[in-house]
Amino acid sequence: MSATTTKAGPRPRAQARVDAASAPVNVMLVGVGGQGIILASEVLCHALMASGWQVKKSEVHGMAQRGGSVRTDVRFGREICAPLISVGGAHILVALEQLEALRYLHFLRPDGLVLMSTERIMPVTILTGPYPYPEDVPGRLGERGAQVIVVDAPALAAAAGNPRTAGVALMGALSCHLDVKTAAWRKAITALVPERFREVNVDAFRRGRRK
Amino acid sequence: MLLSGNEAIARGAYEAGVKVAASYPGTPATEILESLATYEGIHAQWSPNEKVALDVAFGAALGGVRALASMKHVGLNVAADSLFTIAYTGMTAGLVVVSADDPGMHSSQNEQDNRHYARAAKVPMLEPADSQEARDFVIEAFRISEEFDTPVLLRTTTRIAHGKSLVRPGKVAPAAPRHFERDTRKYVMIPGHARLRHVVVEERLERLRQFANRTPLNRIEMGDPALGIVAAGAAYQYAREARPTASFLKLGMSYPLPDELIREFASRVKRLFVIEELDPFLEEGIAALGIEVHGKPHAMRLGELDAASAAVALGDKPPRAEPITDLPARPPVLCPGCPHSGVFYVLRKLKAVVAGDIGCYTLSVLPPLEAMDTCVCMGAAIGHAAGLERAFDIAGDKRPVVGAIGDSTFVHAGIAPLIDLVYNKGCATVVILDNRTTAMTGRQDHPATGRTARGEQTHQLELEALCRACGVDDVAVVDPYDLNALETTLKRALAARRPSVVIARHECVLLTRGAPKAPAHVIEEACVGCGMCLGLGCPALGAVRRLRGSARGAKDRLKPVVTPELCASCGLCAQICRHEAIQWEPA
Repeated sequence: MSATTTKAGPRPRAQARVDAASAPVNVMLVGVGGQGIILASEVLCHALMASGWQVKKSEVHGMAQRGGSVRTDVRFGREICAPLISVGGAHILVALEQLEALRYLHFLRPDGLVLMSTERIMPVTILTGPYPYPEDVPGRLGERGAQVIVVDAPALAAAAGNPRTAGVALMGALSCHLDVKTAAWRKAITALVPERFREVNVDAFRRGRRK
Repeated sequence: MLLSGNEAIARGAYEAGVKVAASYPGTPATEILESLATYEGIHAQWSPNEKVALDVAFGAALGGVRALASMKHVGLNVAADSLFTIAYTGMTAGLVVVSADDPGMHSSQNEQDNRHYARAAKVPMLEPADSQEARDFVIEAFRISEEFDTPVLLRTTTRIAHGKSLVRPGKVAPAAPRHFERDTRKYVMIPGHARLRHVVVEERLERLRQFANRTPLNRIEMGDPALGIVAAGAAYQYAREARPTASFLKLGMSYPLPDELIREFASRVKRLFVIEELDPFLEEGIAALGIEVHGKPHAMRLGELDAASAAVALGDKPPRAEPITDLPARPPVLCPGCPHSGVFYVLRKLKAVVAGDIGCYTLSVLPPLEAMDTCVCMGAAIGHAAGLERAFDIAGDKRPVVGAIGDSTFVHAGIAPLIDLVYNKGCATVVILDNRTTAMTGRQDHPATGRTARGEQTHQLELEALCRACGVDDVAVVDPYDLNALETTLKRALAARRPSVVIARHECVLLTRGAPKAPAHVIEEACVGCGMCLGLGCPALGAVRRLRGSARGAKDRLKPVVTPELCASCGLCAQICRHEAIQWEPA
């Protein structure tokens, strides 16, 4: 299994594209500090910029990056004001980790899409506290009405040859839902990734897009 | 160019012909100096602390070149002593002070509103609302600084500093050095001179007020006259998104307030609102003009805004979507292989009262380490320890007292309190967590690393010699990866009735990423599930299975599993295990 939806079975790639021409499109990327969320969001922003959109991105540095829950907001369109996505405002929630998809679900629009990696990372609170890791995350996301696509990003990254490319593999999966040409994505990866990691990232992206 | 606000500030400073820039790392300001260090022709330096940074920048501006000092909001507390009086002296060339505030405290110990500093120090303040303005406003700030002979405060917040948006760069304007003229009545602030300069400051504020009323930094954007909103910085963006058709008074220069412009705007709209983060700074300023104005509810002084909360402040109902609440939290943690972990593991074992400080190691307060008792501000650990120890002595409390402070933090503000400890015959133990970098803010160099902001070799401050020079005879250096040595050293230091310093020295794991690793692994048959190793809080010991009916017959016991990709092969867990159930060999 590399991709499923909980609502209506596998979706054809061309469907569910978002349109940024009339109003800003909001993509929230969430995960765990150190997972590569900043590179993934940077690739996304550069690809959007190369496609002619105005782009705003907001992220936090410092303490939050030490294995904590992290969130990066990317907004694009003709004109963008606020650097942050409001509750109920995200068109797409990209989760590099399952628990974090649940944590930020309230930012998703009612008709929004969750693009989630199969990755599960145990927070320290599970070691020391009474909480179990939530079971059946795709099901719980679906209960709240979200359309969910699960991507086995760790497997895609491993197949590409570097487990650290899972975030870029997810960008490949995301690319099926945005009107951004493949060349723009490739240009973004080339601009942002050091040469020795370039091919493996391009490969991970391609695998994510193919799924 | 897609630039963060910080990168845009550096770009603007470069275009404005800045020659000297100084800073101390602090989120969300760090990248301003890091970015400036990549430009040719700018001397960009890390200083030991923000006050030194501002003094150096002021000296450079006095000497005739444009200069900039950047810092996080609490850094300006450290530099405030300088700021309040250079506001009196003025300089020869332009000086811009950047304060990056952190509403929401993403990586800070408080969320003070540094707009108050502009008013308190009587200096003009500019607040950019995106990266383009960050670039533009720095250039204008230098012009204002020179026209009015005043330092200018450029105030950003996390979402401006770390928000990225498009910037159109411009050309570099050549700024020829000016000549420093000796003028003791202007630059030597003895009371007789300072009294005269205060008059100048008040006159200057009046001229700045008039300037605020005419500068294009402040502009009226008329929309629907039923609703008028005054806003600056990120709050302007949220308000515009919340009420796209309203009328706006967009403030780029928010101190001194443009009183005439505000009166004009108020007369053209039916209802006047202020949207601002943190304190009611603009609201109170406008109310003091005798204008009827609506602010936000008191509760919204906490944290940062977004478009939805701005809409709530303007009278909308809160959004309906509620977060899922029964989820395990995911606080930040010390990295796998963090050399601080072992230190705090041992300190907790020794039941020490630990006065902590600012850095990654503050995370040791969280479970399972739970080994820190105070954390207030940079350099406070040693003074806190001295005071605690004094009180314990009076109260007959036998618990040992430790001040734990990072290497960069020690250089920042720990030296004077160490001198104090010795001078006043204290006997607390100071642990310097020396990981050879400023880790929390992203691995910046400092005087004890022997490298400059540009990565050049320089004199390396030797911490053990420095501590001895402060009068500490008992200075020990220990590798915190060696738990036995660490425990022996700390026990001895804590038992002695004299001041002592234990330097726990091991490179930050972020500096050695990519080195070959030999991950530890758990030998299933030997593990009794006692959970001792989990007390380290290592994220690489993250995947846990519950053992049923373990070797000792307990019902449910925790069994650690090493995640090999995360393991830094530090060996701390293997040293803690009493059952030789964790196999590990140094890489």
